[in-house]
Parts: sequence; structure tokens; C-alpha cells
Amino acid sequence: MVKITIKDLSFSYGSRKILDDLNVVVGDSEVLSLVGPNGSGKTTLIKCIDRILKPKGTILLDGGKDLQSLSRQEVARYIGYVPQSTTSALTTTVFDTILMGRRPHMGWRVTDEDIDRVVEMMKLLHVEEFALKDFSELSGGQKQRVLIARALCQEPEVLLLDEPTSNLDVKHQLEALDTVRAIVKKTDISAVMAIHDLNLAARYSDTLVMLKEGKVHAIGDPLSLLTKENIRSIFGVEAAVMRDLDRPYVVPLRSLSGEAL
Amino acid sequence: MEYSQFVGRKVLFILLSMAGIVVLAGVAATLGSASITPTEVYTAILARFFPGTFETTNFIDTIVWQLRLHRVLMAIFAGMGLAVAGAAMQGILKNPLASPFTLGIASAASFGASLAIIMGAGFVAGQWLIVGNAFIFTMLASITVYGLARYKGITPETMILAGIAIMYLFSAMTSFLQYVGKSEQVHEVVFWMMGSLGRSSWDKVGIIALVTVVCTLLLMYYSWDINALGAGDETAKSLGVNVEFVRVFCMMLASLITASVICFTGTIGFIGLVAPHITRMVVGGDHRFLLPASGLVGALILLAADTVARTIFAPVILPVGIMTAFLGVPFFIYLFLRRRKDYW
Repeated sequence: MVKITIKDLSFSYGSRKILDDLNVVVGDSEVLSLVGPNGSGKTTLIKCIDRILKPKGTILLDGGKDLQSLSRQEVARYIGYVPQSTTSALTTTVFDTILMGRRPHMGWRVTDEDIDRVVEMMKLLHVEEFALKDFSELSGGQKQRVLIARALCQEPEVLLLDEPTSNLDVKHQLEALDTVRAIVKKTDISAVMAIHDLNLAARYSDTLVMLKEGKVHAIGDPLSLLTKENIRSIFGVEAAVMRDLDRPYVVPLRSLSGEAL
Repeated sequence: MEYSQFVGRKVLFILLSMAGIVVLAGVAATLGSASITPTEVYTAILARFFPGTFETTNFIDTIVWQLRLHRVLMAIFAGMGLAVAGAAMQGILKNPLASPFTLGIASAASFGASLAIIMGAGFVAGQWLIVGNAFIFTMLASITVYGLARYKGITPETMILAGIAIMYLFSAMTSFLQYVGKSEQVHEVVFWMMGSLGRSSWDKVGIIALVTVVCTLLLMYYSWDINALGAGDETAKSLGVNVEFVRVFCMMLASLITASVICFTGTIGFIGLVAPHITRMVVGGDHRFLLPASGLVGALILLAADTVARTIFAPVILPVGIMTAFLGVPFFIYLFLRRRKDYW
């Protein structure tokens, strides 16, 4: 089954076009990574899919329902969003932060089922030991895990992650993506993430979408997409691509600034 | 489970505050030029509800019911209203310095009152002239802030900037009125702006109580959404919150509470800023508990302040607005210095 179908999607900030006529399909139980240089529209696309921004074009969810015709609440039950970083102005405990993910499902009162869900997700992401700590006291990696737990509490079909590894050290980068991949493979959920690191993207994704200047440059599996030519034309970087591992490995060599791309 | 203990502590705090208010209300009603004991006060109150079971005298009944009790209740509901409005404002504007008066409401009310006192002009005539003017200009200010902020999107920044513009506009107009007014009129305006519970009556208590209770319940209904706003607008949207609607609606409710309180009392500062802070340090940032608990703390502070203001230089009664600051500031500084964590 197809989770999300994006048809002829465009988005502009004023007269500046950020996304230009995109067509992407997110399938069942897959990890799809958006890669591309800064300003290529990765984050914008994520926000359009979650209706944080209002694009032109069509996004179909859940077997053909138009995103625009759904209420925010309905969207929140289908899509969980993990922001890049969150500066929570109000102090909340980790437990309350994750409990907020139940908002699309619960009324004013918190039921035992809500609490069970939160506890389950805290265990899954190994944050239960911080449950009553303040969210703001956590490290970057811990925060990231809490936010993933919150999104999973929404019981979504699709998880959107905006640069999930940007504030993490190497170990936590691997752990965060291992978790996402494990959840996707274990359940029916699909994940769409914007990510900078091509090697991490290659290692953890089923599908890559290469974006350049708001357009889709190429879609495919990591092995066929991560070639010298593609990297040169998208990033303007001369790179060596090693293929002797099970996944391609990109070693950037030098920037081609000023030369013809 | 650990979580239920955690919630239990908040509920306990709310219950204790309620008990505190009942006790303090009894004590406050005993203080004044005619001395009566707390037992006599409670008996007089109960005697009206259960005649026959409780016996009281005419003298005590008159003092309690006609002189003191409405003022005590006015302090409770006004304090509650201002504190709830302040907690809601801090939540939706995500700003620890926000208070019910952040969006220019106080200066609008002052202008409305000045217009009535100095020019005798207003929307309603008779004894409600000052009250009506203060109320209407307050709501006018809120609607203008909303209108201005709409152009650039309803964010905390746009609302605060629009509010500051409105605040300066109305204070300039108030200054102008004071400049042209006669000295006794100016004196009355200044006194009005200090805030006092001296003009309380049963009708007014009824209005304030009704508006405060209804608006507080409505705000509490949106507690989860206000909590979500705290995590950022984008996150709130992704959790299914209609961000702009919630922000505007809660701002209007907070303004409505504030307007209906200060049109009767004048601008009583500080409660709306400090009560939510004190409460947040105890019960945390969950608005389901923060809103009602702030209201109770606000009621306690204002009742205590008014009682002190009535008695400290008796028979001279100080305006309670002066008292709230004198009592609240040292307490606030104490809490601020000994706090362990960042509350914002």
C-alpha cells in the first residue's frame, strides 16, 4: 500500500520558489531519505507533508485522502513529526512531553491506555530513567529520543524526521537511525527524513530522493543513486564512491566551486 | 505508579490552596474597626445558609454580609481572574514577562476611565460610566492587537509588538487628558489607576465571579493546546493544534477576564505576573494544573494584600495595588534567588 503520494507539489515564500513541481511516492514500511544541498527544499518538503506549511499541488494520504481536506487532528493521527531541534519555552518533564503525543487521541483526561502507551514508548527508546526530569536538562541525543517517542505516541503511519542526526555525536547518530529503521521494519510505519550525511542516508534508507533547487533530481535506491556524477551535479563536489561494502560509501574530495557543474 | 504520585502532589497543592483561602477569608472578615472573632464570622456565614442550625446576631450579620464579605469575595475572584489571565498569557505568548497587561490592556482601561472622569464622555451613562468605558476600551485594545497581528501572522512576537504600540498610544492619550483635566479630576484618575477593592459590592462580585469562572473553565478546556504551543508552533501544528485559533481565542478570554476585573477595581498590577510564576515553581508547566492553581494563588495573594492594606494604617486604607507590589516583590525575589532550575 502507498502511504503518501505527492503530486505536482510547489511551494513559494513570496516570489521565491522553494519547491518546484515535485512528484514523490512513499511506500509501505520503507525509509525514504531526502538528500540535497542546503536550500534544496528538504525541510520545506517535510513541513508541507505535515501541513505546517501550505503548498500548491496535491498530497494524498492513507489510500487517497487529500491532505487539505483532513482536519489537523486527523493529520496528526496519520503523521508524526520529529522537529530538528526544539527549544521548549515552558518547562515540562520528559513524561509530559511524550504524553503530548497522545493529544490527537485523547480528551482532557489522561486514560490508563494513554499512560501505558507512553511507558511503552519510553521503554522502546530507553528514556524511562529520565521520565520525571525536565526536558531541557537532557542532552541532545536524549532529547532526540524523547521527541521520537512523542511522535510514536501519536500512533502514526508515517514518521517525518527533520535532520534527525544534526545535533548528535557519531554513536548517537547511529543509535537514532538504528531505532528508526528498527521501528520501520518491525511495524508498518514508514519514515521520511531530511538528512545531510550521504553515508548515513545510504546505510539506513530504502529509497533516496535527491533534491536540487526545489526539484527532484533523481529517485532510487542508494546503490544506483550515489554515483560520482550525481554527487557532482547536485552538490558540486568531486567525490570518490567506494562500492566494496554492501552499501555505497562516499568520500568527498574537493569542492568544484567556480567550475562548470 | 510514579506518575500518579506526581499528579497527586499537584492536586494536593490545589486543595491546600483552597483550604488556605477559606481560612484566610475568615480571618480577613474579622479584621476591621469592629472586632469579631473568626468563629462568629463563620457562624454568621453559615447562619444564612442553614437558618436555625446556626445562631448569629443582627450586628454581626450586618458587618459580615454587608460590609466585609463582598470585599473578601471580590479580592478572591479578582485575584483569581488576574492570575489565570496572566498564566494564560504567559502560556500563549511563551514569554515569562507576559501578564494580563502585556498587550496594552491596562493603559486602555486607564484611558477609558480617564475619559469618563475628565471629559464625562463614554459609551454608557450613569453610575456605570467609568466601568463601562474601562471595559469597552480594554476589549477594543485587544481586538486592535489581534487585527494588527493578523497582518503578519499571529505569533507571540507580532502580538507583543502590536500590544506595545497600543499601550503607548493609550498612555499618551491618558497623559493628554490628565494635562487638560482639573487637578481634582486628575487626582481621581491617579487613584483609579492604583487599583482598589473599595468600590466592591455584591453585584460586582457576581459579575467578576461569573466571568472569571466561565473563562477559566474554557481556558482549562484548551490546556493541552496551550501546553503544545509551549513546544513551538510547528510542533503544536503537527500534534493537531489549530495554533492561530487557540492563541487568539485564549488571548480574548484572558482579556475578557482582565477587562471585567479591572473595570471595577482599577489596574491591580503584579498579581497576574507573579502568581503564575510562584505556581509554576510548585506544580510545573502543565496548564491543566497550572491554570486553576495560579487562580487560587492569585486569590490568596490579593486577599492577603487587601487585608494588610485595610489594616496596616487603619483607619487609613491603602490602595491594594500598592500593597500587592510591596508584598509580592520580596517574595518573588526570594523564590527567584533560591530556585534550583530554570523555569523558562
